[in-house]
Amino acid sequence: MGYGLDFGWLAGAAGAIARGAATTILLIVVATLVGTLLSILGAAGRRNGPVLLKRAIGVYVEVMRNTPFLVQLFFIFFGLPSIGIRLDPILAAMLAMTLNMAAYTIEIVGAGLDAVPRGQTEAALALGLRPRQVFVKIVLPQALKVIYPALTSQIIIMMLESAVVSQIAVRELTYEADMLQARTFRAFETYLVVTMVYLVLSMGLRRLLVSGGRRVLGAGVS
Amino acid sequence: MIEFTFWDILRNLLLAARWTVLLSLAAFVGGGVVGMVVLFLRIAKNKWSRRIASGYIALFQGTPLLMQLFLMFFGLPMLGLRIEPWTAAALGLTFFASAYLAEIWRSGVDALPRGQWDAGASLGLHYLQELRLIILPQAFSITRAPTVGFLVQLIKSTALTSIIGFEELVRTSNAINNATFEPFKVYGLVALIFFVMCFPLTQYARALERRAAGH
Repeated sequence: MGYGLDFGWLAGAAGAIARGAATTILLIVVATLVGTLLSILGAAGRRNGPVLLKRAIGVYVEVMRNTPFLVQLFFIFFGLPSIGIRLDPILAAMLAMTLNMAAYTIEIVGAGLDAVPRGQTEAALALGLRPRQVFVKIVLPQALKVIYPALTSQIIIMMLESAVVSQIAVRELTYEADMLQARTFRAFETYLVVTMVYLVLSMGLRRLLVSGGRRVLGAGVS
Repeated sequence: MIEFTFWDILRNLLLAARWTVLLSLAAFVGGGVVGMVVLFLRIAKNKWSRRIASGYIALFQGTPLLMQLFLMFFGLPMLGLRIEPWTAAALGLTFFASAYLAEIWRSGVDALPRGQWDAGASLGLHYLQELRLIILPQAFSITRAPTVGFLVQLIKSTALTSIIGFEELVRTSNAINNATFEPFKVYGLVALIFFVMCFPLTQYARALERRAAGH
């Protein structure tokens, strides 16, 4: 067939790839921060809230965990406008990623909260701390330390899964790859390069999270 | 223009769901077979074979499945193979699954006490016999919960093959949505069908986990 690989287009495409990668990073940062915050509230609510709230959080977690992210994304982007909620692609992507992320991290954070010995809470209460202080200052930091490795893995999985938001025309890394290959007709090479960019991103993100976690939480991650 | 009733939509979606199920099964079985090979390499005595297997696993776990599918879909024709969406989807998911399954099973092998290998050796078994008779049965048995859990992930991952043009549940739903303009209903139903497929498996995985934690 005589098809040779050709990477001549790469020089002119570096800017687009970098912009796409920046958007991917922005998406995962937002999803991680908001998603983790939501999941702390969700996990706490699932343990100490009223029965109805506990059940609602349970249903939410199961629905999100047992349906594909792509379908959730389509439901939010295409489905919600029919009940009057219209979102920009990038906002829809952030919302879908955050909601998906939260469902997984509610379980993770919950497991961490369960792992903190009951005596810690009792001791803190005996010292006269208010229940909210006990949660924020005593239980939560210990729980986060325990679950930090699982949280790291989940963040990286979500980053890789964010590739599908290109399907609603968010201009992230995969979307830029789609545009590039349409222009260069070098589909395989384009996706190969972008796949390697994802690999570097995921390895860099892991390293960053591991060293950051050691510094802030003292949590050991392999 | 053709009118779609609710039942038309549901019937078409259920018919398309057959392909989702079939693809999931093909990828799970294929991934299991390739995963076994990767597992053998990953736990081999040879340092280089272990390194290659780790690299393979890291590559598939460190890149998006969507990219892997694109590379299959655009890469295989360059090797002179005529490629259909079904082939690219099944092959792509097979390799994806093999990396994850090999890593799950390896964790099972690692969890076994060193004494199991020593006992096998002292009985005069050679390496392959040790694996077949002693190590793998135990490794599979203690990793049953994560294996079922991964099957759930695999079923959900088949949704991505719609993007390379494989006519499964999500691709069919896109077509129906374009004809009916009822995305809320259509994607809601698709989510429901996936939920019905995945939820029992999730519960099963959870039950296995509880049983494992029990003793």
